[in-house]
Amino acid sequence: MIKMQDLKKDFTVRVKAGRFRRLKRTVAAVDGVSLTIERGEMVGYIGPNGAGKSTTLKMLTGVLTPSSGEVSVCGLTPVPQRTRLALRIGVVFGQRSQLWWDLPLRESFELLRHVYRVPAAGHATRLRRCRDLLDLDEFLDTPVRQLSLGQRMRGELTAALLHGPEVLFLDEPTIGLDVVSKQAVRSFLAELGRTGDVTLVLTTHDLADIERLCERLVVIDHGRVVHDGSIEALHARYGSRRSLVADLDRPLPDGFTLDGTTLTSVTANGHRVTFTLDSVTAGVAVAGLVAAVAVRDLSVVEPDIEDVVARLYTER
Amino acid sequence: MGEWRAYAALGVAQIRSVTVYRASFLVEVFGNMGATVFDVLTVLVLFRATPEVGGFSLREAVLIVGLSSAGFALADFAVGNVDRLKTYVRAGTLDAVLVRPLPALPQLLLMDLPIRKTLRVVFGLVVLGVAVAANDIHWTPLRLFLIVLTPLAATVFFGSIFVLSASLAFWWVDSGEIGAAFTYGGRDFTSYPISVYGSWFRNLFAYALGFGFVAYQPALALLGRADPLGLPAWAGFLSPLVALGAATIAAGVWRAGIRHYRSTGS
Repeated sequence: MIKMQDLKKDFTVRVKAGRFRRLKRTVAAVDGVSLTIERGEMVGYIGPNGAGKSTTLKMLTGVLTPSSGEVSVCGLTPVPQRTRLALRIGVVFGQRSQLWWDLPLRESFELLRHVYRVPAAGHATRLRRCRDLLDLDEFLDTPVRQLSLGQRMRGELTAALLHGPEVLFLDEPTIGLDVVSKQAVRSFLAELGRTGDVTLVLTTHDLADIERLCERLVVIDHGRVVHDGSIEALHARYGSRRSLVADLDRPLPDGFTLDGTTLTSVTANGHRVTFTLDSVTAGVAVAGLVAAVAVRDLSVVEPDIEDVVARLYTER
Repeated sequence: MGEWRAYAALGVAQIRSVTVYRASFLVEVFGNMGATVFDVLTVLVLFRATPEVGGFSLREAVLIVGLSSAGFALADFAVGNVDRLKTYVRAGTLDAVLVRPLPALPQLLLMDLPIRKTLRVVFGLVVLGVAVAANDIHWTPLRLFLIVLTPLAATVFFGSIFVLSASLAFWWVDSGEIGAAFTYGGRDFTSYPISVYGSWFRNLFAYALGFGFVAYQPALALLGRADPLGLPAWAGFLSPLVALGAATIAAGVWRAGIRHYRSTGS
């Protein structure tokens, strides 16, 4: 569905060097990305600010011309075949609206039907589905400029889907949304992904989006892919482990060890301890701990993807 | 076929959008007419001081103004708002236009269609009508053809200049008002008989850049006057060719510009 082969995008930046002199410098925003994404995949595309996420998405949608390398989406070359490609993809750029500011949401949708030249019946079916899943009805007749950010984003998602695209590109779809709206957007996308006929590529800074939605995670940094695989693979690669956190009646005796684990932290005057599970299951570790000391409360904590990704970003 | 429906929908959306703010829309419609009226008044005032300018009487000069301002008003109405491109490029909002299944330029023109400038077009055409009536034109089929063709060619020509100067923004985001020197400057240039200009300036703008063929040469052909600068009578019929040339260049530069577009970080 999507193929990128050694895709690059350079920008020239002029740097001030003295009163009138400007030095030209070339910055590679995307520096040799090769990826293949199959039909129906849901791919999370993450990376720190300025890593090249949006630039990649803009090359895939035909907004930006690649400096070198090859790219094809739905079998089309994005820039020369931009308008043909546009009929087959849906795009939500979190910061750029596709809606008509002064018109009610309903009219924007009607206009898009003409812009995308889709038959009224299919359009109506898809609109009905979005209205149900995204609760659009209460603000369908409100001018877009009066919508809240969460409402507008739900409108943007609908706008991107009304022509039945094969690929959906989402650039930070949950940015700036409150918890409830984020949930609404995520469940909607999850629902969309379940049917399996839409390929979804999404960039985000919110890793919860990825955990909820994407099987596959592509991490990009300085314009290069630094990880491509499942979230589990990322954890395995960086040796992230589950850990056991226990609240104790009394601090641990000196020199205490629990087989197959490492004691990683002792807080609250020795009353709270954390063990990383290296080679034993949580059950074995819990049994071992309870047998040795008086435990008031305990919990098993899953590895935090935020930490893993933060490590990935700083490790340069 | 479907594309035309799409364009029509975009145009209707723009009309509906501007008429949401009814009072401000009406103020703009009438405020906008002012500008065109002043252009014509300038010429009338000039002739209060002297009976002839560059060898042309007031009546003849008004025909030149009429051809130029009818063409310019039409171009300004249809294409003039392309100068908003620089804000789109600066803000990166052109992205939203580029992901739609229509060519970018017609979309931009329709999205910004300046309904408020309609009265300007009416005024430009009225001036042309008055000028035609005021001159004793000996009508032939060829001249009838010319009076229809010239404003249209002028529209295409000025439209191309608008697109060209707006395209600067693709390479040079801070292009500011440099483009206006060629659009509004060009209109002012074509409003007068070119015989009033100094020779190198005239050679550059009238002949090399083609502004002389927009209104001046066709006016001579309509009036049946010999060109005091020595060009043959058929030069009055060159305006469509000049317009076509300008449009070709503008389209090429626009296309190159779109490919050069850098968007912004988001």
